[in-house]
Amino acid sequence: MVPTYFNEMYHDGSARPPYRHLENWTADMPAELRSLKQAEAEALFRRIGITFAVYGEGGDPDRLIPFDMFPRVFTNAEWTKMERGIKQRARALNAFLVDIYGRGEIVRSGRIPARLVYQNEAYEKAVAGFVPPRGVYSHIVGIDIVRTGPEDFFVLEDNCRTPSGVSYMLENREIMMRMFPALFRENRIQPVDRYPELLRRTLASVAPAKCNSEPTVVILTPGHFNSAYYEHSFLADLMGVELVEGQDLFVEGEFVWMRTTEGPKKVDVIYRRIDDAYIDPLCFRPDSMLGVPGLMDVYRSGGVSICSAPGAGVADDKAIYTFVPEMIRFYLGETPILQNVPTWQCGKSDDLKYVLDHLGELVVKEVHGSGGYGMLVGPKSSKDQIASFAERVRADPGNYIAQPTLALSTVPTFVNEGIAPRHVDLRPYCLVGERVELVPGGLTRVALTEGSLVVNSSQGGGVKDTWVLAE
Amino acid sequence: MLSRTADNLYWITRYMERAETMARLLDVGSRMSLLPSTGEGYLSEWDSLLQASGTAEGFDKKYGEPVQRNIESYFFFDRDNPSSIASCIGSARENARIVRGALTTQVWDALNGAFQEMRALERKPRSEVDLSYITDWTMRHSALLRGAIDGTQLRKDGWDFLNLGYYLERADNTARLLDVKYYVLLPGVEFVGSGRDNYQWTTLLRAMSAHRAFHWAYGGEVTARKIADFMILNGASPRSLRSSVEGMTDHLDRLARGYGRSSAAQSKARSLLAEVAELTVADIFDEGLHEFLTRFIREVAALGALVHEVYLSGDQR
Repeated sequence: MVPTYFNEMYHDGSARPPYRHLENWTADMPAELRSLKQAEAEALFRRIGITFAVYGEGGDPDRLIPFDMFPRVFTNAEWTKMERGIKQRARALNAFLVDIYGRGEIVRSGRIPARLVYQNEAYEKAVAGFVPPRGVYSHIVGIDIVRTGPEDFFVLEDNCRTPSGVSYMLENREIMMRMFPALFRENRIQPVDRYPELLRRTLASVAPAKCNSEPTVVILTPGHFNSAYYEHSFLADLMGVELVEGQDLFVEGEFVWMRTTEGPKKVDVIYRRIDDAYIDPLCFRPDSMLGVPGLMDVYRSGGVSICSAPGAGVADDKAIYTFVPEMIRFYLGETPILQNVPTWQCGKSDDLKYVLDHLGELVVKEVHGSGGYGMLVGPKSSKDQIASFAERVRADPGNYIAQPTLALSTVPTFVNEGIAPRHVDLRPYCLVGERVELVPGGLTRVALTEGSLVVNSSQGGGVKDTWVLAE
Repeated sequence: MLSRTADNLYWITRYMERAETMARLLDVGSRMSLLPSTGEGYLSEWDSLLQASGTAEGFDKKYGEPVQRNIESYFFFDRDNPSSIASCIGSARENARIVRGALTTQVWDALNGAFQEMRALERKPRSEVDLSYITDWTMRHSALLRGAIDGTQLRKDGWDFLNLGYYLERADNTARLLDVKYYVLLPGVEFVGSGRDNYQWTTLLRAMSAHRAFHWAYGGEVTARKIADFMILNGASPRSLRSSVEGMTDHLDRLARGYGRSSAAQSKARSLLAEVAELTVADIFDEGLHEFLTRFIREVAALGALVHEVYLSGDQR
């Protein structure tokens, strides 16, 4: 079976309206200019210092994520629908989190099995009964969306903890504007550069009860060896807030303080880019050097806000994912605007049987996995790979889910031979605080290898600038 | 400002100043090695340099015989040597990467540019990289960074910490270079005042990029006393101990004013400056040059410890 893929630029033999200007752009660009521009882009990225270290691979620590200059374009109408769907989902996910750390109505009503919630690894007993400011657990929701047809958008997964990549959304745009200003005159492209300001406002809007002045916001990073360190320092810089490590903070009295050259300064909101387990060695992993001892006590007594709130991870679990449309109906009384990908839970015996019988057609993922690791793409795998993966699934079925191999849409991409379609996905970043906001754009990831459906940067994926056209 | 940020800024410039000193030492070595050898059982010039830089032991373990080519590798390229130019530039750039947001684009470019060029140099065959090129290269990048800091950084506390790093490291390095000349390079008292002695003093001046300035300021014969005056007491000499201590005092004063509180580091710097300002060459030679320098290096280290305690550790309440 040769699946047909939706090409976002060329459909039914001609360029779709949002891509029309790009047809001339590429036609007018000689190959030498293209390689010149590509080199210029790389030099710019290197100069900015935006690099990406891949976990456990060794090699060049200053590796760049490949940037493809061919933009991905959405019409205003396409975006408006997606935006409504994303905001709806972000609201429902937060309502779910408040509920499960409170009365658990959705579980009591039998809509979600108690086991999936309360025995979930990401469920933090330490925050049961606590309602964070404005009832927000996940302040930055990254929702991965794939497209399979002109009107068909599916949510692949939700990221409620600390989705990364937003610095690429911003830098890709900067670099495109710098290299191809003419494109921005011909196309009416909505700007994305308000993101840092909106993020700061979102974070300040969830200041804790005990904060009675302009809140001090900081970003908490695991440190400069982390692969996303560039992004942490980039966001801190654009928001004008301090980038702190655990060692820079300490707890005294009812508050959290940072060590400055002028003595201690109170911290009100912590946008943390470290996992729950490392936040507070007194509460979670005692061996962690990254966190701040006593932080959780201050948090629970309203002395500091932590974004995303500890415990938010339950909502983006791949087993919980299946129930998000149910959450939207249950909490919001609305019909889901974005669809879920049909998902088989290997923990259920009927589903497991189906999955094992159809491994060659399915994508199988670990429930808690991320970054494209520990997954099987059936149609792209050898018999041996499928057989050995089947063993792993049988050994621990509850740890796996399966989805059909989606016919991910393609966007033209610069490759060695010229321009060719490559598969893409999209991660927009929804901000939830006093308001629910979204800048018109996101991070488009592209699988650079011909035929590949894996877009993760750790697996050789690249990125593109993402345009949303004005009306 | 976060204490850790101040700490990173301070180490950027300390490392870069140290890289420059290593380049100066290499330069001294290459000039001295052009001098015809005299006497028996005389230490090779290169060995003296190892002693000077405080890295003799590490070198001996790795390379053994101090021949020029190995010394070049060890001083410039060797990442196992924490004081090598490559190590210093790598550390300075890493410190800068951590506090990228506290630096201007020009400062980051100067550091990152040096780092990227250095990686290109590392890939070149050694035979194509000659000594005078790498010493010039290092001094040029050091100057670029200093210029970028001076021309673009906001005159806030971050600028003071950057400058404190420079002056503190420079005070220490100048004292060590002088001490080396007197204590290590000179094989015995019988050489004092000999042609070789004078040649070595001149070479030292060259290494400090100061031999012309020296002649303008003093003229005539190069003597140990004049040199000591120039490198220790002369406030017009940019690398003198007095200038370095003055620099530290200025920036500690600025910090105290900006933060609205005086500090122990500030008092310490002021008393050190008062001492250097009142000292004469006769006092120094009465105490003994080596003894004076040893004491001075200790004082500077104590000042460094105070800066750390007051501003960089974050323990201040």
